[in-house]
Amino acid sequence: MAAVSERETTVWQGKVQSRALVAGDGPPLVFFHGAMGLTWDPFLDALAESFTVYAPEHPGTTPGLPDAIKPIDNLWDLVLSYYEVFDELGLESPAVVGHSFGGMVAAEVAATNPSRVSRLALIDPVGLWRDDAPVKNWMATAPDKLGPLLFADPTGPAAQAMATPPPDPETGIQIALRTTWSLACTGKFVWPIPDKGLKKRLHRITAPTLILWGEQDGLIPPVYASEFENAIPDARVELIAGAGHLPQMEQFEQTANAVRGFLSG
Amino acid sequence: MKISMFHLMPHRELPDDFEERYHSVWVDPPFHELATPERVGDYYNWTLDELMHAADLGFDGICVNEHHQNAYGFMPGPNVMGGALARATRGQDVALVQMGATLPTTNPPIRIAEEYAMLDCISGGRLVAGMPLGTAMDANMGYGITPIEQRERYYEAHDLILKAWQSRKPFPYNGKYTQLPMVNLWPRPVQQPHPPVWVPGMGSLSTWEFAADQGHCYCFLSYFGHARGKAVMDSFWEFMDSKEKELNPYRAGFLQLVAVSETDAQAEKDYEKHIKYFFEKCLHIAPEFTPPGHQDYRSLENNLRRMLSQQMSEQQRLSDWSFKDYVDNQYVISGGPASVRDQLEELIESLRVGNLMLLLQIGSMPHELAMKNIELMATEVIPHIRHHWTDEWENKWWPESLRGGRQMNAEAGVAAVAGGS
Repeated sequence: MAAVSERETTVWQGKVQSRALVAGDGPPLVFFHGAMGLTWDPFLDALAESFTVYAPEHPGTTPGLPDAIKPIDNLWDLVLSYYEVFDELGLESPAVVGHSFGGMVAAEVAATNPSRVSRLALIDPVGLWRDDAPVKNWMATAPDKLGPLLFADPTGPAAQAMATPPPDPETGIQIALRTTWSLACTGKFVWPIPDKGLKKRLHRITAPTLILWGEQDGLIPPVYASEFENAIPDARVELIAGAGHLPQMEQFEQTANAVRGFLSG
Repeated sequence: MKISMFHLMPHRELPDDFEERYHSVWVDPPFHELATPERVGDYYNWTLDELMHAADLGFDGICVNEHHQNAYGFMPGPNVMGGALARATRGQDVALVQMGATLPTTNPPIRIAEEYAMLDCISGGRLVAGMPLGTAMDANMGYGITPIEQRERYYEAHDLILKAWQSRKPFPYNGKYTQLPMVNLWPRPVQQPHPPVWVPGMGSLSTWEFAADQGHCYCFLSYFGHARGKAVMDSFWEFMDSKEKELNPYRAGFLQLVAVSETDAQAEKDYEKHIKYFFEKCLHIAPEFTPPGHQDYRSLENNLRRMLSQQMSEQQRLSDWSFKDYVDNQYVISGGPASVRDQLEELIESLRVGNLMLLLQIGSMPHELAMKNIELMATEVIPHIRHHWTDEWENKWWPESLRGGRQMNAEAGVAAVAGGS
């Protein structure tokens, strides 16, 4: 595993403190995590073999800084604050990868100021809406119903790793607290329908874009992959077989190779 | 004491296997499988008749509230009910306790300032202005309010309403959630500077802080009785003491389920199935309809710790409970008049509450039985308990013109009993 270091960032007139996990060597890559919070996993390790990975935590999701969400009122604030995070980390135009909610953030950052993103990889991103294939409301889904939405194989090793009870009650509380509060903070920008106008902005993206989608994503059906592909000028889609909403966990090698190959190309 | 009757306006005829067949009583129960508009019309009219009966018999106040998309209690517009009650109680010295219109879901929130002012005008200054935050099921699921913003919206709406009532001149309002070029409320409330404000809550510290800072009455709305309510209310009074607030019992309200009959044995016969219906069906709420962010960070952490210490959820345990369990655990105060009197006196003293809200139509309880419960409460119980606190404390959280107190109207009770037989 790569040696992961922590970088504190303070942006938004000094009001928003957050943390980025940083590891690896090579050109800069920013990873935006999904709604459940940032976990440094083998996928990020694999990216760190070829890139210097910067994984900033969305405001409020850093342990010990729950109030950092308060000064960020809306999606516009969030996007602009991320340019300030880029500045603090010394990143002019990094490659950007985003998963799920983080995929929407990545697309917004790439669409609002296209010069700040060199290449873009979106993994099962939220942000668009079709009435005939509604995105499931992950904030209001019972835990026992979430497994089949997230995993192609709800009994497979990736699903089991997520369902494994924590070693002791206090760790369990900390995990539940962190996950729930991450959902609460990211929910500020998507509730109640995760369609906040991205469809009107995707055409602005200039970065070459790879769209990866788990073929059995039950949360955001893969029909959305072509919606993104059609709206982004230079984009192509790669479907990942045997994966649901978390291909970087369920088909880790294939997903990591696809992202690395594309970003290095 | 000020003793009011609280009504939820529940569905009274859910199928026996409702909680097995349906996912939740709130948010997603299918209306057309479970109800007809015509029958619901009966429920609304019974509800108004029951509250009017309480008013006629001498209760100090009558309470309605707001909830959406459910069979638990569905008055989406509490001020619609309040309007009917304000008119029907004209000339009576009964308070209209609106518990009330939900602040974060009413936009712009001056709608509440206007409607409450209307009620205060129609009733001649008899309004108590309840200001609820709203449940997650109502506000987040039903009305799409972003969970993490709900409380902030509440505070802003509260400030706007209070300012709209009191400002002598039109003003622009530049809020985060509401911007208005010129606020100039018509009508204004009769009560000056504004009607008393009651803040319902479930025991969270941030709500106590708010009620203390604003000088409002805090109402603990719990269905789990005074034995469990005591821990919460003890902490509440400690908190008020630490804020150097006068420990006036009228600063607090409490909701209690009560079912009175002629004797203890008759109470069990009359009420058992309706109590079980309430706890098993009306509270059959899917937990995922409280999305992350509805609770602030501090409450979330407290609740996670509390959940860990409870092996099973309340709901699971309750399914085996009988009448005796509910009464022994004091979730419900029920029995003959003497038992109910004793238990209510104990509640009043131990919780130190001056404003009592009694839920007297419980779950499936049919209209005639609800009327009997109201009558027995009015004639056999309230006259014995309403003297509490009156000599030592002034109820600053009650319409000023009604603070003197009411007499029970025995004649109306007798007439109603005769008319109903």
